[in-house]
Amino acid sequence: MSEAMTELGTYLEAKRPDCVLAWDVTHGELNVDVAPASLTGFVEFLTNDSTCKFSTLVDITGVDYPGRAKRFDVVYHFLSMYQNHRIRLRVSIREDQMVPSITDIHPSANWFEREVFDMFGILFSGHPDLRRILTDYGFRGYPLRKDFPTTGYTEVRYDEAEKRVVYEPVSLVQEYRQFDFMSPWEGAEYILPGDEKKEEGAA
Amino acid sequence: MMDGSKFDDALTGEQKIRNFNINFGPQHPAAHGVLRLVLELDGEVVERCDPHIGLLHRGTEKLMESRTYLQNLPYFDRLDYVAPMNQEHAWCLAIEKLTGVEVPRRASLIRVLFCEIGRVLNHLLNITTQALDVGALTPPLWGFEEREELMIFYERACGARLHAAYFRPGGVHQDLPPELLDDIEAWSHKFMSGFMVDIDGLLTENRIFKQRNADIGIVTEDDILKYGFSGVMVRGSGFAWDLRRAQPYECYDEFDFQIPVGKNGDCYDRYLVRMEEMRQSISIIQQAIAKLRDCPGDVLARGKLTPPSRTDMKTSMEALIHHFKLYTEGFHVPEGEVYAAVEAPKGEFGVYLVADGTNKPYRAKLRAPGFLHLQAMDYISKGHQLADVAAIIGTMDVVFGEIDR
Repeated sequence: MSEAMTELGTYLEAKRPDCVLAWDVTHGELNVDVAPASLTGFVEFLTNDSTCKFSTLVDITGVDYPGRAKRFDVVYHFLSMYQNHRIRLRVSIREDQMVPSITDIHPSANWFEREVFDMFGILFSGHPDLRRILTDYGFRGYPLRKDFPTTGYTEVRYDEAEKRVVYEPVSLVQEYRQFDFMSPWEGAEYILPGDEKKEEGAA
Repeated sequence: MMDGSKFDDALTGEQKIRNFNINFGPQHPAAHGVLRLVLELDGEVVERCDPHIGLLHRGTEKLMESRTYLQNLPYFDRLDYVAPMNQEHAWCLAIEKLTGVEVPRRASLIRVLFCEIGRVLNHLLNITTQALDVGALTPPLWGFEEREELMIFYERACGARLHAAYFRPGGVHQDLPPELLDDIEAWSHKFMSGFMVDIDGLLTENRIFKQRNADIGIVTEDDILKYGFSGVMVRGSGFAWDLRRAQPYECYDEFDFQIPVGKNGDCYDRYLVRMEEMRQSISIIQQAIAKLRDCPGDVLARGKLTPPSRTDMKTSMEALIHHFKLYTEGFHVPEGEVYAAVEAPKGEFGVYLVADGTNKPYRAKLRAPGFLHLQAMDYISKGHQLADVAAIIGTMDVVFGEIDR
């Protein structure tokens, strides 16, 4: 399996050196890094090329890395039902950058891109109908960003006096339970007062 | 002229015919959950269909980021709650792929057994409620009786009828009692000679059922690729694509089963495919039981991912610490990203897991087959009558637990 993937990766790099920034095969899966500008061309090539024939779009999703300059990864999964192989494309973008939509090539990308927009606030240029999809009507914020709290900002309840559902800022009776289970011996780094002296002494 | 072509001039503004917009759901019994469709109708013909989803959105993916791998497992039961164990399977496979844990053979067989029970559970619900949507009341009454028996098998294996949390990374939670295997086998024979014959007689050649399903919601090979269909939506159109065969996972490659395909790609063919898949699943169940009988042994891989045995815990301090750490801190998964997919009853259910080396997933994306099927609703229902919308929703096999996540 892995050899075939490596072969495919080499083939892609040879055919489209302008699109493939980097590629690797890990856990028997082929990953290709693509620049946002060359995405649509590359996806079209993957769909039509007879060796690849990645005819089905399996998934589009985002991953948030707040620490990086290019904050988001948009991840595309494709499957070929003819050649029986899979590929993963990764597009890294900054927070203010747009990704070209691939709805023209894969109509199934429509809802996936709406979902990524809904959850991460990533804009797709050329998308026919970029509305929110999963969250509430009138929702604000992008829930899957790492800086969005799991509890959210608003809560709803039915108001007996007003006879309707009202939105209120979230109020927790008890702090949201987020335990640090990491072992003090391996995971977390605890800095005690006086530790900086040790650093100086070593240097 | 008496052919009616000259009547235009008599129409006032009010009389001009315009399209009619209706809300289908979110409380409609044929919507299979909380689906709201905004339908634009020209008379009785659907012109446009805009599904509004997300009414059951619970933020599973966000919640998963703040829980350990083991705590996340029960969330998978709550996705497609019709066949819960199949989803857990994808999660376990993803973790096992990253950690490189080998599942013992007996656990692997048990997984296959319960995945196929899940497939029967799902198809039973789908076929019978789809028949209900097009006007037959008896099939769901009969089908739910069989589902009840299957859920009792679930309960006897893991203690819960629906939310099983039975598959664990590295195997399954507990071994099956030997009588359970006998009972499942006895049930499988009774099911084939009783229920399957009955439902076949009720529906397959039923005139009304055929009229409501044949030539409705036709899916071509091109549509499959364009809209990313999987599962029965693909096989109903004569495309023999099944992940169990194409990209075998677990130990499906040693089982003998056929992949049924349809010819016309309409709702009726998909019904036939589901019926045949149930028969194939029963055959796999029987094979798995036979294999399980002469394969005793462990059901959990021994190691850091799984708890120590009770006897070890009573005698060894290290085992006790291991148990405590496993259920508080949880196990750590090495850094990396994987995509693991299973052939769930509804289609390809996948998990894209990004691990950062801690005890919690950095990001987990759940790829639900129903999400893509429902997306194509606008395309498929265009030009059909309003009454066919119910048949099409039924045949797509949508469950909102997995679509809204």
